This record gives sequence, C-alpha cells and structure tokens, in this order.
Amino acid sequence: MPEAAELPTRREEGWRYSAVERLQGEALDDWRTIDIAAGETFRDTLVIRDADDPQPTRLHRWRVTIGEGATCELFAVLAAAEYARLEVEVTLHKGAHFEFGGITVGGRDTVREFVTRTIHAEPEATSNQTVRAVHWGHGTGNFLGNIDVVRHAQKTDAAQDFKGLLLEKGASVNAVPQLEIFADDVKCAHGASVGQLDETARFYMAARGVSPELARRLMVQAFLGDALVALDDDETRETLMQIALDKVDKAL
Amino acid sequence: MLKIDNLHAEIDGKTILNGLTLEIPAGEVHAIMGPNGAGKSTLAYVLGGRPGYEVTQGSVSFNGVDLLDLEPHERAAAGLFLGFQYPVEIPGVSNLQFLREALNSQRKARGEEALTGGEFLKLAKDKAALLKLDPDMLKRHVNVGFSGGEKKRAEMVQMGILDPKFAVLDETDSGLDIDALRVVGDGINAIMRDPAKGVLLITHYQRLLEVVKPDKVSILSQGRIVRTGGPELAIELENDGYDAVMADA
Repeated sequence: MPEAAELPTRREEGWRYSAVERLQGEALDDWRTIDIAAGETFRDTLVIRDADDPQPTRLHRWRVTIGEGATCELFAVLAAAEYARLEVEVTLHKGAHFEFGGITVGGRDTVREFVTRTIHAEPEATSNQTVRAVHWGHGTGNFLGNIDVVRHAQKTDAAQDFKGLLLEKGASVNAVPQLEIFADDVKCAHGASVGQLDETARFYMAARGVSPELARRLMVQAFLGDALVALDDDETRETLMQIALDKVDKAL
Repeated sequence: MLKIDNLHAEIDGKTILNGLTLEIPAGEVHAIMGPNGAGKSTLAYVLGGRPGYEVTQGSVSFNGVDLLDLEPHERAAAGLFLGFQYPVEIPGVSNLQFLREALNSQRKARGEEALTGGEFLKLAKDKAALLKLDPDMLKRHVNVGFSGGEKKRAEMVQMGILDPKFAVLDETDSGLDIDALRVVGDGINAIMRDPAKGVLLITHYQRLLEVVKPDKVSILSQGRIVRTGGPELAIELENDGYDAVMADA
C-alpha cells in the first residue's frame, strides 16, 4: 500500500520504541500550534484516560513557540489507549521558560510515550522536564528528550529528569536523553533511572499495619509526585494524580 | 501473651533459629541479649513476618492467635509492633501521611472508627513531644535525612501513635547518645509499661536496661535461649562477657 510507506519506522530515532504499526490511518501532519506572546504565561494539560469510547491510538503533536520572557507549562498523564504519544517541539526565545511534567502508566502490551524536542534558540532561557513512568504486564513507557542549544544561546539552563518504576517482570521503560549543545556558557542536566518497588520499604510499611496494596499506592504516589511538583494548581494536580493512581489500582 | 515454642527458621536455606522457646506474659519486659550472629534480629524479623525468613518448625502464639498465620500488616493490626534496628527511608511519603494511613488501617482492621485529620495531628504532636522530637520532623519524609538518633526517636514516636499491645524492639538503643538513650528509654516506659502490654527488648548493652528495667533477661546463642534470669544477668554479662557467662550455663 503506498500510504504505508509514508509511516514512520522504528529505524527513525524519534519512533525507536513506538507502536508504529498502530499509526495506520493517523493524521501524522496534524500539528497543534501554540504561540505564546512575549511575557505571557500559558498552561495546558493533556490527559488520556479510560473512556467509554476507547481509541486504540492517541497521537498528539504540539509545536510550541515561547516568546521572550514568556512561560509555558505543560503537564500530561498518559493512562489509556493501546498506543499513546505526546510529542512536543518547543522553541524558546530569550529568557523564556518551558516546564514539562509527564506521567505514563500502563500494563498489558500498551505503549505510552513522550517525545520532546526543546530548542533553546536564544540566550537565558530555561527549561525543566520531569517524567515518571510506572508500568506492569508487558507495558512500555518511553521518554525521548532532545535538547538543542544553539550557538549564541548563552546562559541556557536546561534540565531533564526521567525515572521508571517497573511493577512486574515483563514491563519496560526506555529513556533517551539527547543533548546537542553549541553554546559554551550553559547548564544542561539530565538523569535517568529505572527500578522496582523497594521491598524493604514495603515490609517496613506492613510492619506498621499498611496493607501491600496501600503501600504500593503510597509509594507509587510518592514516585509520580515529582512530575507534578511544578504544577501550582492543587486541584488540577490532585486530579491528574488520581487518574494515574486509579489506573494502577484498577489494573493490579 | 507471646508464646514461642521450639521455633526453627532459616534464611536462604541457612538455619538461624534452632529450637527457640520463650514465653512473655502481659506486663513483662523481657530483654534478649546475645553475641553477634546469635539470631536476635532474625527473631525480630520472623515475629514481624519479613519475606525471606522461613519458619521450618515450631509455633508462635500471640494472645491465642497463630501469629505465623498472619500477614505482616495483620500482625501489626493484631497489636504487634516491630521497632527496626535500621529504620527504613521512604522518600516522597511524609511521616504524617504514613502514620495516619498506618493507624487508620489498623483501626479499620479492628473494626474501629478512623481518626480525623485533626485528631490524628494532636496525637502525633503529643507523642513527638513525649520523645522530644521536633514536631516539624513529622512533616518530613519518613526517615529521609534523619540522623541515626532521630530515626530511633521517630520509631518510638511511631510506637506511641500506634499504641501496640506488644513491642519487639531490635537494638533500639544502637546509635543513640547518652541523653537520647534516656529519652528513648523513658518513652518505652511511658508507652509500654502497662500490665496489659509486653515488650521483647533486644539489646547489646546494659545501659538501656538501666532505664527500661527488664523483668527477665535471656541469652540467645546459636538460635536458641541458653539461659534466662533476672536483671542481674545483664549486669553479669556486662562485667564478665558472653563467653564466661555462657560457660556457666
């Protein structure tokens, strides 16, 4: 089929761990454009959760431009669909700030992923990305994060932090931080780690009367919390957390 | 209250407890002393139900209930408290949240009403004051960034909040300076010295036993109790050492 040839393949860096076979019929060129004027603050959230009308694939591609001194805050929870992907391409102008908090949760053989490309195009811009992934069954969580700092974007301060928590054998997470830095006076930090629930902590909690299910919930909540720390709207933060935790509780 | 009979337990196929028999009635503080590797911490973990510690023979009855038949969290709800030698850090979970969940889980299991946020906060502050622990520390994550002494005080604050019927305290005195030792010892007395409660106090040193005066002292060696006596046995051990005292046994 001719259109199949146009679909991305896993050979492409940005789709390396994706469920590309689920892209058939998806509008790949459908980018949402977000332009934030100088000095403005913009916040948006994306939640993909279980619904009455489940869609096998949920693809979101956002292209964001953050004007001088402006701020963009994006928070996302990917908790449903066989394949869910949020791809964000951000261009930061002078002194702008980009904040990203992402959570993926999922089991069975679902794939949920964030792909970000953060372009520090001018000096003194800052960006902070925190992604937490909790998976079980044969579920997969991915974070591919590109940070580009152009030659004259001095005083850039960019940070990227990923942690994966695997609740069952068979689940997996993939983290690919990629930094391309062409300026010489910048700070770029990135970290990635993968682990499982701390059994010693679980026993400690049990010894105080906390059931294994509640212990897991408390520990998963603590783990995911980092991704939403920067969200200063309590109600939204609690809603997002609840969606993620309910997903884990329902599945396990 | 607690009746351990001919208990055998192993870890990774290695036998650690080897026919341990011990009975602690209500109202008694029973100290267990013993050389390194005798099985003291293993005894504590087996009573708490830690995964990986396999009981191969014997029984443990707690107020008439088969303790070994219960899951670890059920043992806690039944009134057993295990004070850890190395309290565990739980990043991201505050002491207040953890202890409120723990207490209300226990109360629910016993068919009691849950405490409200206000009621719980007052209880937590009272117990922190008893152990001279800065109440602000309750807002911090469980044991994260606590010094060795603070961790042990926090353990005792937890014990005060949960108000167990029986406490197994595994080297609660290790890592404490002299003043903290007295505070923690006084805390144990205040919380657990009660005709309806019991304590199994695992320690290396006589110093804690000067504050928490035991009714009985037993020596654990190679996985079994080799001698039981009154408080004078601890003094004898302090003076003469294990080898000499056990040679007399």
